[in-house]
Amino acid sequence: MKHEKLLKFGGHEKLLGFAGKKTFKLISLLIVVCLASFWLIEQSPIDPVRAYIGEMSVTPEKQAQLEEYWGVNSPPQEKFLNWAGNILKGDFGTSLIYRIPVTDVIKEKFTASLILMAASWLISGILGFILGIIAGMKRGTWIDKIIKTYCYTLAATPTFWLALVLLMVFSVYLGWFPIGLSVPIGVTADNVTFLDWLHRLILPAVTLSLLGVAQIAMFTREKLKEVLSSDYVLFAKARGEKGLNLVLRHGVRNVALPAITLQFLGFSELFGGAVLVEQVFSYPGIGQAAVSAGLRSDVPLLLGIVLVSALFVFFGNTMADIIYEFVDPRIKQEEAAS
Amino acid sequence: MENKAEINVEEGLNTEIEINEEFGNKLNVTSNKRPISELDSSTEEKKKTEALLKVEDISLSFTQYASGLRQTKLNIISNLSLEAHSGEILAVVGSSGSGKSLLAHAILGILPSNAKLDGKIEYKGRILTQEKKKELRGKEIALVPQSVNYLDPLMRISDQVIGDVAEEDEKLMKNLQRKIFQRYDLKPEVDKMLPHELSGGMARRVLVSTAIISSAKLIIADEPTPGLDEKTLNETLSYFKDMADNRCAVILITHDIEAALKISDKIAVFYAGTVLEVANARDFKNNGENLRHPYTRALWNALPQNGFQAIVGHQPMQDEVIDGCVFYERCSKKNDLCSRGIPLLKEIDGGVVRCNNAVSEEIPNSDETSSIHGHELKISAKEVKEV
Amino acid sequence: MNTTVTLKKGLFGRLNLRQKTILIICLTSLLLFVIVISSLVLGGESLPTNFGFKNLAPSLEHPFGTDWMGRDMFIRTLEGLGLSIIIGAIASTFSTILAMILGLLSSAGKKTDSFVSWLVDLFLSIPHLLLIILISIGLGGGAFGVIVGVALTHWTSLTRVVRAEIKQLKTQEYVHVSGNLGKSRWWIATKHIFPHLIPQILLGTILMFPHAILHEASVTFLGFGLSPHEPAIGIILSESMKYLSAGYWWLAFFPGLALLIVVLLFDMIGDNLGRLMDPKSAHE
Ligand SMILES: Nc1ncnc2c1ncn2[C@@H]1O[C@H](COP(=O)(O)OP(=O)(O)OP(=O)(O)O)[C@@H](O)[C@H]1O
Ligand code: SF4
Ligand SMILES: [Mg+2]
Repeated sequence: MKHEKLLKFGGHEKLLGFAGKKTFKLISLLIVVCLASFWLIEQSPIDPVRAYIGEMSVTPEKQAQLEEYWGVNSPPQEKFLNWAGNILKGDFGTSLIYRIPVTDVIKEKFTASLILMAASWLISGILGFILGIIAGMKRGTWIDKIIKTYCYTLAATPTFWLALVLLMVFSVYLGWFPIGLSVPIGVTADNVTFLDWLHRLILPAVTLSLLGVAQIAMFTREKLKEVLSSDYVLFAKARGEKGLNLVLRHGVRNVALPAITLQFLGFSELFGGAVLVEQVFSYPGIGQAAVSAGLRSDVPLLLGIVLVSALFVFFGNTMADIIYEFVDPRIKQEEAAS
Repeated sequence: MENKAEINVEEGLNTEIEINEEFGNKLNVTSNKRPISELDSSTEEKKKTEALLKVEDISLSFTQYASGLRQTKLNIISNLSLEAHSGEILAVVGSSGSGKSLLAHAILGILPSNAKLDGKIEYKGRILTQEKKKELRGKEIALVPQSVNYLDPLMRISDQVIGDVAEEDEKLMKNLQRKIFQRYDLKPEVDKMLPHELSGGMARRVLVSTAIISSAKLIIADEPTPGLDEKTLNETLSYFKDMADNRCAVILITHDIEAALKISDKIAVFYAGTVLEVANARDFKNNGENLRHPYTRALWNALPQNGFQAIVGHQPMQDEVIDGCVFYERCSKKNDLCSRGIPLLKEIDGGVVRCNNAVSEEIPNSDETSSIHGHELKISAKEVKEV
Repeated sequence: MNTTVTLKKGLFGRLNLRQKTILIICLTSLLLFVIVISSLVLGGESLPTNFGFKNLAPSLEHPFGTDWMGRDMFIRTLEGLGLSIIIGAIASTFSTILAMILGLLSSAGKKTDSFVSWLVDLFLSIPHLLLIILISIGLGGGAFGVIVGVALTHWTSLTRVVRAEIKQLKTQEYVHVSGNLGKSRWWIATKHIFPHLIPQILLGTILMFPHAILHEASVTFLGFGLSPHEPAIGIILSESMKYLSAGYWWLAFFPGLALLIVVLLFDMIGDNLGRLMDPKSAHE
């Protein structure tokens, strides 16, 4: 009993330590990301005042006023401290292209993207896992070769090209989906019916899912091979277990956690994919906003999006770590062994 | 218990071998064409003539890719023969990496795909094909693995011990599992545990339970005793003794010759991928003068209580090609003949040996072709004795 | 890979695995080489524009069709591929050098090791595509911007390989023996460590190629990479978007497919080289 309590206490300690380490890491990471991205933008020839004025004609007084506002003539350190200070207060500034607070833009766009990414994350995860299990089980057969070829090909496929092909087939040729999907700026999600929105979600989500399948399927296939050549599967075979039942009883059970972990580690690529896909389908998400912000020198928005994306990736990595450290009993086993 | 009797009767009458799948039934089902009464009365005799498992002259090799994708062949086991009898424990003793586990895997048909197996394995007098192995393993032939690593790290213990059974049998099996655990003093909490939560002794009992629950006739234990303290070791050995007492044939694979001697009836000495001698346990005494092979004698004398006389040299490598006796390099009794051709298997004093110079005074150096199959030779040896 | 094998079964049947692997590597390398050379030769002269032949669907004369200025899409694609491969090569080379330096640095001591792993974490914390965009913007865009962007984002995995490899080599006996014999660290490094490291690094670079090419094309497609005057695949595809609704599918289809094939070829070389170096993976 005493032993058990000790163990539990140990687990608690571990949890606290983990949380502390993660928090520290997040904070230091955000600071460095802020510094680095700010420095990069500072290096660039971007002129925020120009970007703000755009096509408008303004009086020299107005221009001077704007320059003052953007701190064009103040030294970089001052500008950074100013910007960082505002961020600490939760103020990311005003988007130049949308002319509303950056936080509002991000909230809206990121929600749209999250739905897109979540949908394809789930679909690609489940589909990829199933394909990987099938390929791993039928190793060396034609069905394995088909799945492998599919995965190899998709891993080499430019995301934006696949998006273009699907757009050509399903929107231009078959006419199932509209071509220009974007909502005019200013029309918020409320003005779009659920069906409309689902309609415009399908193609981007399908594109991202098709691409996401490749990695997880190949990983599952390899992992299943590893599991199937493990001592415990050998023993299961020696006890007369075989075929699909063997794979379901031992294979799926042991491959699932690592596969989910990998899927969480894929947040970075998922985000990158979303940027490209949103651009092709004009899906009003954070990726498209990032591209517009970059092309049209919307510095506050771009920096805001970079921070959000870093948070997003960090979340994925943390989930993976949690699974690894706390959920998977095999880790405890190894710890106990050592 | 009624069940038991029924099967017995049937077996007694049937000339066909019955595959008995009754749970927990620990009966001797060795094939026989005689009524049971006769079987029971003349145990010694029958055990010797009717081996449950007969491994004849098997060889095992691997094809491997070396650097640069060149293929190479690696011989692990060659010309290996042995027999396992119901009610007996046969220990297979050999050093680490000599291919003992692979022998077990060959019998069970669970070799890796790049392995090639030649030779003949018979079970109950019938050739054990890969299909037959698939059919019998887990039912008639059970493996007791070496460590807890052979259990699925993510599956509850009771589910693993029960194994993959049809839904309608699950309750029955669950009860049986509970009973077996009770017998081995495994508490109900253990059912719900994961492998990493077991202590060493518990793990041992769980692994043994997997064989017990299968009601197998042939049990192959692959190094079941590494790193156990004296008490747990004896306890574990006693489980196997119990199995043999229940008319199972037990093959105990180990590199611990002392542990093997505690319970075994026969000891097969494994060296460089082959069995050099099968000796009776009682032959291991004094200076080993009853042992037939120089290596076995050397092994015996290398034990601490026998004066630690270690033999010089090492086992040949797996990629070495050897024409003659595998022990040639280290043997003190070698002669010219030994480097030319593999010594034939001979039966001497109720044991088998593969050595040119091992000759019992009782046996005239009989013509060598007949000595390949110990069976015939043994009869002749007996005849000599009777004369 | 499998398709190649089945297609050429007649010839392949007679070869063993090692010969097949080497043959695949040679053929694919040759094909890539031809693409680069022909794009360099073609790139010298500017493509004739002919408005009489604009927006033609693929035909024997123009296998990939023509664009809105009557330029032959096959030649444009070839040029684009050549450019992609060259940019991929430059970026991968820089990335490899970076990976080597950082890998060596991380095996120099405990402090440098944690610094390098901190750096790896940092570069993995922002989605690659966004980071390349950011770097490209910071450097004022253009070829320079993308190359640096791609080079700065692809070194992480190779660095880990180098680090692990050195760690493993260090524990090996002959390195210990040499150390005990009083050889200098530099001597050990050049005599024992580098010769083992170079094949790994070569493989790592080749495996990096496909990613580098795809990322360059993506960033260019989004408008942050090469300038619209360059004959890059990313540019061709982003131009094609304007003509999609008109049904000129060939403008996007063939160039993208060609890029896909080039990337696949690189993957194949990498896989087969890996197989030669790590025979265990060839057992299937
Ligand atoms: N798939 C394989 N390919 C090539 N060689 C193999 C393969 N599996 C095992 N071996 C080799 O076969 C030899 C015998 O292995 P095995 O596990 O049977 O030894 P063992 O006698 O059981 O040793 P231990 O006492 O350590 O368990 C080993 O030296 C190993 O290198
Ligand atoms: S056959 Fe010859 S070499 Fe081999 S053990 Fe016997 S005497 Fe020694
Ligand atoms: Mg073993």
